[in-house]
Amino acid sequence: MRFGIVVFPGTWSDGDCYHATKNVLGQDTNYLWYQESPKLSDRFDCIVLPGGFSYGDYLRAGSIARFSPIMSAVAGFASGGGLVIGICNGFQILCEAGLLPGVLMRNDHLQYRCQWSCLRVERSTTPFTSSCIPGQVLRIPISHGEGNYFADGPTIQALEERGQVAFRYSTTDGDVTPDANPNGSANNIAGITNRKGNVLGMMPHPERCCEELMGGTDGKLIFESIIRHGARTG
Amino acid sequence: MPVTKEILDEIALSEEEYHRIADGLDREPNAVELGMFGALWSEHCGYKHSRPLLRLFPSTSKRVLLPPGQENAGAVDIGDGLAVVFKIESHNHPSAVEPFQGAATGVGGIVRDILAMGARPIALLNSLRFGPLEEPGNRHFLNGVVEGISWYGNCIGVPDVGGEVSFSSSYSQNPLVNALCVGLIEKERLVSASVGSEGNILLLAGAETGRDGIHGASGLASRTFEDEREMRPTVQVGNPFLEKLLIEACLEVAASGCLEGMQDLGAAGLTSSAIEAAARGKAGIDLDISRVHRRDSGMDTYEVMLSESQERMLLVINPSHKAQVESIFQKWGIPCVEIGTVNKSGVARIYETARPAAQLPIDLLTNPPRYRLQGVKPREQVEMQRYPLGSLPLPSESPNQVLLKLLESPNVCSKEDVYRQYDQQVQTNTVATPGGDAAILRIKGSNKGIALCTDGNGRYCYLDPYKGGAIAVAEACRNISCTGAEPIALTDCLNFGNPEYPETYYQMEWCIRGMAKACRVLGVPVVSGNVSLYNETQGHAIYPTPIVGALGLFEDVRRHVGLGFQGPGHTVILLGASMMRGKARDLAGSEYIERLHNVVAGRPNIDLELERQVQELCRRAIRDGIVASAHDCSDGGLAVALAESCIAGGVGFSGDLKVGGRWDAALFGEAQSRIVVSLRPEDLSELTKLTAELDVPFVSLGRTTSNPVLTLGGLIDLPVKELEHAWKRGLGTPTTAQ
Amino acid sequence: MFLAKIYITLKSTVNDPQGQTVHGGLKTLGYDSVESVRMGKYLEVKIQADERSGAEAQISEMCHKLLSNPVIEDFHFDLEELS
Repeated sequence: MRFGIVVFPGTWSDGDCYHATKNVLGQDTNYLWYQESPKLSDRFDCIVLPGGFSYGDYLRAGSIARFSPIMSAVAGFASGGGLVIGICNGFQILCEAGLLPGVLMRNDHLQYRCQWSCLRVERSTTPFTSSCIPGQVLRIPISHGEGNYFADGPTIQALEERGQVAFRYSTTDGDVTPDANPNGSANNIAGITNRKGNVLGMMPHPERCCEELMGGTDGKLIFESIIRHGARTG
Repeated sequence: MPVTKEILDEIALSEEEYHRIADGLDREPNAVELGMFGALWSEHCGYKHSRPLLRLFPSTSKRVLLPPGQENAGAVDIGDGLAVVFKIESHNHPSAVEPFQGAATGVGGIVRDILAMGARPIALLNSLRFGPLEEPGNRHFLNGVVEGISWYGNCIGVPDVGGEVSFSSSYSQNPLVNALCVGLIEKERLVSASVGSEGNILLLAGAETGRDGIHGASGLASRTFEDEREMRPTVQVGNPFLEKLLIEACLEVAASGCLEGMQDLGAAGLTSSAIEAAARGKAGIDLDISRVHRRDSGMDTYEVMLSESQERMLLVINPSHKAQVESIFQKWGIPCVEIGTVNKSGVARIYETARPAAQLPIDLLTNPPRYRLQGVKPREQVEMQRYPLGSLPLPSESPNQVLLKLLESPNVCSKEDVYRQYDQQVQTNTVATPGGDAAILRIKGSNKGIALCTDGNGRYCYLDPYKGGAIAVAEACRNISCTGAEPIALTDCLNFGNPEYPETYYQMEWCIRGMAKACRVLGVPVVSGNVSLYNETQGHAIYPTPIVGALGLFEDVRRHVGLGFQGPGHTVILLGASMMRGKARDLAGSEYIERLHNVVAGRPNIDLELERQVQELCRRAIRDGIVASAHDCSDGGLAVALAESCIAGGVGFSGDLKVGGRWDAALFGEAQSRIVVSLRPEDLSELTKLTAELDVPFVSLGRTTSNPVLTLGGLIDLPVKELEHAWKRGLGTPTTAQ
Repeated sequence: MFLAKIYITLKSTVNDPQGQTVHGGLKTLGYDSVESVRMGKYLEVKIQADERSGAEAQISEMCHKLLSNPVIEDFHFDLEELS
């Protein structure tokens, strides 16, 4: 499996994602600079848009990064069926770029939040969740100030009907409750895919929990799903 | 004299100092030159009052890589060819003027100190002090400071892994904001903040220079706050996004091998940065200020030389590498211009294009007068030490009620509301997040790890500067030892009032002496630090508050423990005491007598030999896998420590040993050198063997239970849920965003 | 009833990282003619008052006290009478 990790000015989870896919999971991994615009499908099976504060999150998170040359390459890669995962700031950029619907607003309590969160896996048929079982609860940290997922009523309804919601914030038992929602996201949404299912955006950071020493390994399930998908299709 | 008293006041120089300058130059300095002296001879840059005392600290060990004060931060060898670089610094005065930006730029500044060593910043800690939240204004400081740290630290991708927050009326209107940054580097690649040899050129990289913070170093750090409004135009606004790019670009330049030296621009901006780098190289420099990229039009030489615009670095390179270095900065979108050259003259010559603006010997600039004053023991201290603690009545509250009150005291309670606003895990090294005795980071590519904490109890230092200083060091090291790591180096931030008052000078001198003594007994050197003086408002000085940042090393980071009990059926032991007998003297300076009796009195004490043995025992027991948890007894005493271990572990505790003497002193007294450990009953014999070997007293307290209730000596009987509820509500209304 | 349209801007000498970064973003999109960008805040406050002068005084006071940070920000406002 060949992972490409995009680095924008202000990205900071690039090294963490690299460590997870390269050192922990032993996959071929390379960085991609935001000013490049190569044909990605020749060189990569999965593109990661990592977390961070691209352009300082100034104006709106992801608003300036989406115009980078690499993003037209990413859009082309996605439309050809390539796997794209946007984590945290990467999710925000995918929404700004129109590769995923909706927007990530400021957390409803207006504070930055860094803590472990519980995610209920809504679907295990996506390329990103095939190593999980539906209803499984993953323990993965969040770290963001703008993770409050919002879309208009019909869009949310369409997402739900088409099964595009990948993860929801839940209790440890998998109950989706207002108290389990750390940021005010509509329907406790923590991650969604596009209609085709090959682009995932999620606010929590799976790359932060791939080793026991880091307090948990549930994040590995997501990368392992991607690798499994690659092995099947590749 | 051609300058007025007002001008000298403005730049915080005395008339005597002015004459010393004129004598040294053999002429009157011009305005630019005088401004440069004001900055470099300020306490912040020149350590006029503190340097002679700082020499008292032991500063060497087989791990210390650099002499103290030589570079921007201390560097410690952790083996495997790696060095940890760390330093703590205050941003108290800017935070008092504008809490959000003051704290934010404090983080930015300390990060650049670490960056200047060529090291990647891998962690931040913050030690914060505020006035009581019930008093108006203090919550504004708390919220602003925490949001500023969160905003800046989160954006640059350096995890904030620990620190402390505490409250006392002595910090009302004068909050303490001390930021500690840790960096990691291959020790062969350490960068010096020196201009190196003749022919090198100086590059200024980063933000444009504007009229930010002019007089920051001399003005803010030498004055108190009655004129706060008037100083407001000097506030600096940080740009964490640019800082993040600057980190990556400077590390790339350092890795390219093109770098001769590097220095950040902090207090007093270009003046201190360039002059100090020249002094380190025993060289001279020519600077052409017209080349400095500026944000504001019409800035004069004085303003450019003294601007404290953030996110700027000075790089020293050989001219043959100029194109390569420029292309790296271009890649990261950061302006970078050549502003000067290095020569052998020993003189700093400043030009605006061809027009000379200043010409000063670097020796004179960097050798301010040193003041060794005669301190006087504060009368208050004598009175408070004599206070008859034995005459304090037992409280009307029950032991249960006292425990709940202490758990919800802002000084004891959970600080989760604060630290969950900080990214604690980015860079994926954080093994133990905030909330424990110390933070733990792994070192990727090895089994090693480091532990980090900050500590400093102003109340103890107010009551007894010498013992309080010693306790600050002991407690910081104890927190490290409670994780299993060995304390290997310290950094300190000395926060005091106006040293020109003999009482304040006395506090500073004896705090430092006490700290130095503890360092020697515990075998831990001080490798870096910072001094923040003139912390007072309307004539009231803060408590003398030396903050100690401690660094610990794990050879195998998997061998660490936390403070939470690890399941039911474990035996719980108190190390460092042989019985449960409450003595009035243990109430000295305690959280309990301040909260319940509204008294800050008594004379804190510590036996440093016992301290050393207890810590060594604790570390060995953890390393050998004998104990499953360890937690030191500090604010709130033994009962609070037990409650915290129950809450963190989600189990109960049952102890029925007899408590003698005053029950309040036994449960809530703050005798030092005590650690609560838990272990499987079958490991007890191993532990007792160790206690015998190291001659450490201990007492068995009881055992952990699956029934989630804390009972102790027939005095305490409370469900853990109730303890947790009190502990979690202590900060009241959660801090809200700006 | 009056409507105050309040503009809060950073003082001209204060660094504006957001404005600078947005400026850079516009440049990369080809808007080379942009000279500078400064970012601020905009608020609309409806207020009951009999007279314009009373509304003005109150809005001014709230700008001083809460809405702007006098350490780093300036403000100005337009006042419209609503029918």
